[in-house]
Order: sequence, then C-alpha cells, then structure tokens
Amino acid sequence: MDKALIPEGLKRCPLPVFGIWVLILLAIIGWGVGAGAIVLLKALNVTGLNDYFGFGAYITVDLAIIALGAGAFFSGFLYYGLSRFFPALKELYKIINLAVIIGFVCYTGAIVILLLEIGQPVRGWFPYWHANVHSMLTEVIFCITCYAIVLLIEYVPIILENRKLQEHKAVRVFGHSLHDCMAIFALTGTFLSFFHQGSLGGVAGVLFARPFAFRGGFFIWPWTFFLFILSAIASGPAFTALVCRAIEKVSRKKLVDYSVYELIGKIVAGLLSFYIVLKIIDTLYWAFVQSPEFGFTLGDFYHGSAYGIWLLITEIIICGVIPAAVLLTPKGRKNSFLLFLMFFLDIVGVSLNRYVMTVQAIAAPVMPFDKWEVYMPTVYEVAPSLAMLAYCVLIISLSYRYLPLFPREKELNAAYK
Amino acid sequence: MSDTGHSEGKLRYGMVIDLDKCTGCMACSVACQAENNISFRADESNKLRSITWMEIYHLNNGKGYPDYQLAYLPRPCMHCDAPHHSPCTFVCPVNATTRDERNGLVTHIYPRCIGCRYCMVACPYHARDFNWWDPAWPKPMESMLSPEVSPRMRGVVEKCTFCSHRMMKARSKAYLDKADLEAVEYTPACAEACPTKAITFGNIRDANSEVGKLIKDPRAFRILAKLHTEPKVYYLSRHEWVRKQADNVVKG
Repeated sequence: MDKALIPEGLKRCPLPVFGIWVLILLAIIGWGVGAGAIVLLKALNVTGLNDYFGFGAYITVDLAIIALGAGAFFSGFLYYGLSRFFPALKELYKIINLAVIIGFVCYTGAIVILLLEIGQPVRGWFPYWHANVHSMLTEVIFCITCYAIVLLIEYVPIILENRKLQEHKAVRVFGHSLHDCMAIFALTGTFLSFFHQGSLGGVAGVLFARPFAFRGGFFIWPWTFFLFILSAIASGPAFTALVCRAIEKVSRKKLVDYSVYELIGKIVAGLLSFYIVLKIIDTLYWAFVQSPEFGFTLGDFYHGSAYGIWLLITEIIICGVIPAAVLLTPKGRKNSFLLFLMFFLDIVGVSLNRYVMTVQAIAAPVMPFDKWEVYMPTVYEVAPSLAMLAYCVLIISLSYRYLPLFPREKELNAAYK
Repeated sequence: MSDTGHSEGKLRYGMVIDLDKCTGCMACSVACQAENNISFRADESNKLRSITWMEIYHLNNGKGYPDYQLAYLPRPCMHCDAPHHSPCTFVCPVNATTRDERNGLVTHIYPRCIGCRYCMVACPYHARDFNWWDPAWPKPMESMLSPEVSPRMRGVVEKCTFCSHRMMKARSKAYLDKADLEAVEYTPACAEACPTKAITFGNIRDANSEVGKLIKDPRAFRILAKLHTEPKVYYLSRHEWVRKQADNVVKG
C-alpha cells in the first residue's frame, strides 16, 4: 500500500525507516499533547507566566512561527501575482508547494498553541462574537483563522495530486479546478496574511504605556505593523528554502535547482536590506527621541545577561546587517554554505525580534520603583511548543513521501545519478 | 462625547492618596480584599501570582541612617483617563474591559474575559491580576463572601473597580430618592477603612469637591504622568524625593 501511494518514478526511504521517524515525531507530539492537557486541566499556573509576564513562550513561539510561515503567502504573491510582470519569478513554481505546506502547518500549529495560551480556552470563540474592532488582537484572531482556511484550501489540491487519489476522475477534475483558481486564493491569502503579520506587530506597537514596545505610526498602524510585515516577508522565503535544503540533506536528493535558492537569496537580500535600514532608523528614533520623552534612555531597557544589549546587537547587526550584506553579493549567493548560513541567521534574527517585542518588552520596568523580573518557561510551555514543531515536521514528512511536491525532482535526480 | 472620546458630563470619579498620612498599615488593602471577594492561597509568598487590588509599595530615599526616609505608596487601579481609551481597554479583543464614559470607571466583565492577558501587558502599573488557580476560601469564609461582588473564576483577569458595586447601590438609592444621578457620592472600601483618612474619593470634575480641591494641591502628583495615561489616582507628598519617584527622568 505504501509503495502505491508514493509518487510514480520517485524514490523514498524504506517504510520501516520512515515508520521509526514518524514514531519519534509522534512521541514528541504525544509529550506535548500530554503537557497541553495538563495546562488545560490544571490551568496556566503550571507555566512560567505570572502577573508580571502576561505573555511568554507561547506568544513568542506563535509570533516566530507565523513570521516564518510567511514564505507561503509571499511566495504565492510573487508567483501568482508578480511573475507575469517579472518572468524570473516563475522559477518559484519549483518550491511553491512546499511553501504552501509550511504556511499551513505554521498557521494551524500556531492556532493550537493560542488555545493553550488563553486562560479560558472554552471562550476561544468570544473574539468572533464580542469583537472589539479597536484591538489588534481581534485583527490577529480574524486573520489567522481566515488565512488558515485559505491555506487549507491551497493544500487540498496538493493532497489530491497523490497517485492513488488521481485514479479517481472526480478527484482529478476537482483538483485541477482548484489549481485553476489558486491564484485567487493565493492573492486572498496575501491580503489576509499581510494584515495578520502587521497586526502581530501592532499588538506590541500600540501599547502606549509600555515605552519599550510603543511606536508612533501611520493612521491607526504603529511602525511595528509595517516592520513585522517586512521582517516576515524577508525571512519566510528563507525559511522555506532552508526547510527544502534540510529535506534534500535528509533524503539525499536534489529537489530544486540551485538557481531557485539563488533567486530566493536575491529576494531575501533586497527585502532584508530594506527592512534592516528601516529597523535601524526606527531603533535610533525610539532610543534617542521617543524614549527620552517618556523619561527613559536606551540603557534603561537592557539589563543583566538575560535582557542585555547583546539582544539588540545580535538582532540588528549579526542577524540583520550581515546576512543582508552577504546575500546582496552574487558571490555570497553562489556559495551554498554562506547562502544557507545567512538564511539561518535571518531566521534567528526574526525569531529574536519576536522574543524581544514580546518578553523583553514587558520585562523592562516602567514604574521607577519596579524591579526587573526574569521569565523562565516551564516544561509545560516547552513541550507543546516542541510538539507543534514536530507536528510541522510530520505533515511535511508525510507530504514529501506521498505527494509530488517538487515538480523537478524526477529530472534532477536522474541527472544527478 | 468630545473629540477626545470623553463624555461631556460633569462626573469623573477619582482618588487622592496622601502619602504624608499613609502609615503603611495596609488596612485599605485588607478592606479591599474582604469587600471584593478576592481569593487567596495558603501560600501567598509568590507576589507575582497573588491577587491584590490595592498593592502597597515601599519607597525609600536611598540614603543610609540617619538620613534614611521611607514612604508607603498604595496603588489601586489608576482608571486611566487617556483620550479615547485607557491603555488596557482598547487592547481587549472581546470588550471585556471598558471605560464607562459616564463616570470614568474602568471595569471588567469576568464572564466575558478570555484570559488572554493583553490588558495586563498593556498596564504599566501592574494593576491587573490573573486568576492562576480556581478561587478558594477556607470553609467558614465562603459563607462570609459579599453577595454584591461576583467571585472570579480561574483563567480571567481582575482588578480594582473603585468599588463600582457601591456606586451602583448609591445610584439606585438616588434614583429612588429622585436625586441627581450625576451627583451621586459614595466611598470605596479602601477609603472607608483608612484610619488616617489618607484616601479621599470623589468627583474630580467638581472643583468644589474635596478631591477636586486636593488635586490642585502643590503636593499633588501622578505616577508616570509622562506616558499620558492620565491616571485618576493622585498622590500627595511634601517630600521632593517621593514625588521624583513617580516618574522616570533622563539623568544628565
């Protein structure tokens, strides 16, 4: 049965090996589900959260994973929206299926973690019913739900590509029809995810009584709204490329042409450079103009080793300026090691940014007689987060094994041999 | 409504706490606890997880003996009056916490709260507490709970309401007496319990009220005024070092 499901002409590892891999992932998922069940039963007191740290690991992981999942909407936007004007972007076709699946698992995983994060999970539907249109969180909740549905719709035709399913004419026709209207979904997804990424930035930026997080902005949107969108589209495609590379390494196959990675490198370079310039301007204004108006200096926001200035330097210089500079050069993109190292740094940078805007933003004392507190997540936060990552890996593994994700795989590996 | 989002009415409840009179006895905090059915645990040593609507901060002038001086600073919810929204109200995704523009009270609807804690994150005064556990009281105390204040379930946020249930009671009485509802006066539990009368409560928009006069006192100040949260809790202190600790100042 297993062999019958594997795409024709493609080689996959033996079933027992794949079975062991799946069992390992299921074990991690089981661990996380168990920890999550305890959180639901015993309440959030088992976590490291407290009245000082209302947000912690759950929100950080959610923000980071959503940013990394941005490869889906942005690749879709480039391929379905812009490739008719810039034919070079048609190359993205070779990796678009993987981008969609990464987006799907990132978004659905984030929704599950969000349910654990709220103190009253059974009231999780309240934001749809009692929606406060002024709250950035409302925008987040609506966008994440709608976009997860769009991603599911985008994922369905990929599933229907399965060899066994293709034997049924009705499935074939349905899948083909879905493919035909995929551009509409891709562009709808772009619109939704654009606002979702932005509103996640807005969650921090609108906190006008938290000088670390607060930013001025344009109309109702703080600058963090735009910075979050930019950083997400600058790192999402890099994450897609890195996952693709990881699959190549594990499966010992060539899945996409190196030119695709180079193209992504070029796109990431441009976006990351633009983002990092804006981020530096934002940081300078925040540090030397806005914060002093509230009575703070840059030094007031950094403390000790957990919340030291190293976070700012790592985020902006090591994981921003350096990858942008290297990826801007054709030499940097040609060197496979450098290319993927810079992609990795880019991903670390955006994740660090989400951590800083979530945890550090509230760790910094605001009242003059406040003290710095340190947040430490417990196993009940770590296990569900790891389980969510394992869930992502599981879906990607199953999809890779049973679905023709990479249109050039057969050709590339024939030539490879 | 004015263009700042405030009501044009004449009522805005506020509080003035005279730190020169405060002895740090914590009677206000205890009265608040009893009045508002605030739950507690056998072990209350973790202050980052205990629920205290009226927190008492211990300030000192940073000098050694014999120049050492101390002051106590009771901190209820500031019921921020910033234009359009308080820092905590506009972030709530479910409208569980809102500011009543008729009187300025920031209240919280517990059965609607989803426990996302975004309001806690938004509040720089740490005036909001989360129910990390199911509320519980030792056996005989459960029968002594106030029927006028609903106890909160686990997984929701709670905070000082300026004893809004007392206001409701006073308004009901005024309605029956055919009195002016906007001129209703009442006293929250903390102000009532203070043995030194350090806490004064009333309508800060009424220039002739006691609070209306006290907020014009040269000793008056507010915490974190630079953030423009416009707290409706004012403090009085004749000590410069106490007033300086109310806000952040860039040194140099």
